[in-house]
Amino acid sequence: MDNAIIVKNLTKTFKNFTAVNDISFTVKPGEIFAFLGPNGAGKTTTIKMLTTLLAPTKGTITLNGFDALTQKHDARNSFGIVFQDPSLDDDLTAFENMQFHAMLYKVPNPNAKIKELLEFVELWDRKDHLVKTFSGGMKRRLEIARGLIHHPKIFFLDEPTSGLDPQTRNHIWSYVKNLAKKEGITIFFTTHYMEEAQNTADIIAIMDHGKIIETGTLKELLDKTKTDTLEKAFLTFTGSEIREEEASGLQHLRQMRQMRGR
Amino acid sequence: MQAIYILWLRELKRYFRSRARIIGSLAQPLLFLVSLGFGLGPVFQRAGQGNYFQFLGPGVVSMSILFTAVFAGIQIIWDRQFGFLKETLVAPVSRLSIMLGKTLGGATIATIQGIIVFILAVIVGFRPNLTLLPLTLVFMILISIFFTAVGITIASTLEDMQGFQLIMNFLVQPLFFLSGALFPINNLPKVFSYIISFDPLTYGVDGIRGSLTGITHFGLTTDLIVLGVLTAMIVTIGSYLFSKIQL
Repeated sequence: MDNAIIVKNLTKTFKNFTAVNDISFTVKPGEIFAFLGPNGAGKTTTIKMLTTLLAPTKGTITLNGFDALTQKHDARNSFGIVFQDPSLDDDLTAFENMQFHAMLYKVPNPNAKIKELLEFVELWDRKDHLVKTFSGGMKRRLEIARGLIHHPKIFFLDEPTSGLDPQTRNHIWSYVKNLAKKEGITIFFTTHYMEEAQNTADIIAIMDHGKIIETGTLKELLDKTKTDTLEKAFLTFTGSEIREEEASGLQHLRQMRQMRGR
Repeated sequence: MQAIYILWLRELKRYFRSRARIIGSLAQPLLFLVSLGFGLGPVFQRAGQGNYFQFLGPGVVSMSILFTAVFAGIQIIWDRQFGFLKETLVAPVSRLSIMLGKTLGGATIATIQGIIVFILAVIVGFRPNLTLLPLTLVFMILISIFFTAVGITIASTLEDMQGFQLIMNFLVQPLFFLSGALFPINNLPKVFSYIISFDPLTYGVDGIRGSLTGITHFGLTTDLIVLGVLTAMIVTIGSYLFSKIQL
């Protein structure tokens, strides 16, 4: 069978800065693919291009056999995504957020599917509550459920567990693994928690300074660096200096929102 | 179609859920009605212009539509900042449908708001002639669509809320004060009346006032044509700019 994700010579240049520099990789159907890298390595820019939110400067992307640049609708139908930042409507209920998604994706008779998924992430009893009353973990679970309504073949998760407690993180990964096994969905995720990648991923790619510097199974990466954990291997590949990332307008705004106590 | 409908429905649900927003946005028109209506009424009367309340009512209705509509359109910036826009933009839906759904949603809210203010004005003492009421509604809907699309157009080109205050002060307020909502636009200094004829809201105010009270400056047909053409133009421009949004 064809690869679920095929990326060739993908490049993104902003003004005078190259965020993603000529990367190529493939992900097989049903594979769990971890996309790791320090802050500012270009992971989020890559995901934005993969999910059709950002036009690449150069290169091609194929999702589930569809060209993400020319067959946008088919490509968009093929994937679900959990963004790094929350993307729910706080003023709607959990059920309404799900319904909104189902209508946008024209899912026929979505109610049974919505029920099944809300039960899957253990939020069915909270379905009529406004999302603004939800904790961070509940929002994440809801986003996972939402991203699956339209039966995607590929599921992108951009740091799905950042800022969550270990209990919720464990839960989320057990859902994700379950999905990959039961439904054969291809999982593409990023994380800063190395043990999550170590425990979950079939293939691990490490990105730094806009390039993919290593790809392989956990064992291959460990053997190559002669280390016993992914964290050590990661630090060997990327060095241990701290990366500076410029605060974007969004982060600035989020700080303001926190100050206003919203 | 389905996408347009659900986007429209979302705007409505959010509107009816935020009682504070509804009440808050009624306070300003009411204040204008009461303070200017009763405050300037006697002067207006003495100047031989008739009943100021009759004159002001349509202006205040237009004002509430202007503010609600631009604000509804601008809300895309919030959707962008707080992530919800991404959810819509990765969906297999054309950018045009998203833009139209949002525009119709915002315009519906603005029209409802306009109707509420209209009723409030009647309660406070505005006495319109209701024979042309359907035409009044057409004008209200047109300026609702127009200014929601203006809001979306602006929001498509802004990254964050930094520019919001600027827009309120340098675009929305002038649009209101230079529209003839508060004063008659005949016999004005030449340059001033020239500026006023470039304000789209002028034609909305004139149309609403003309259809409710019979006092019109340009004539209802002119008002309708100008607004119709401008609305078509801004929806086209807005759709184009919206389709260029990258996150």
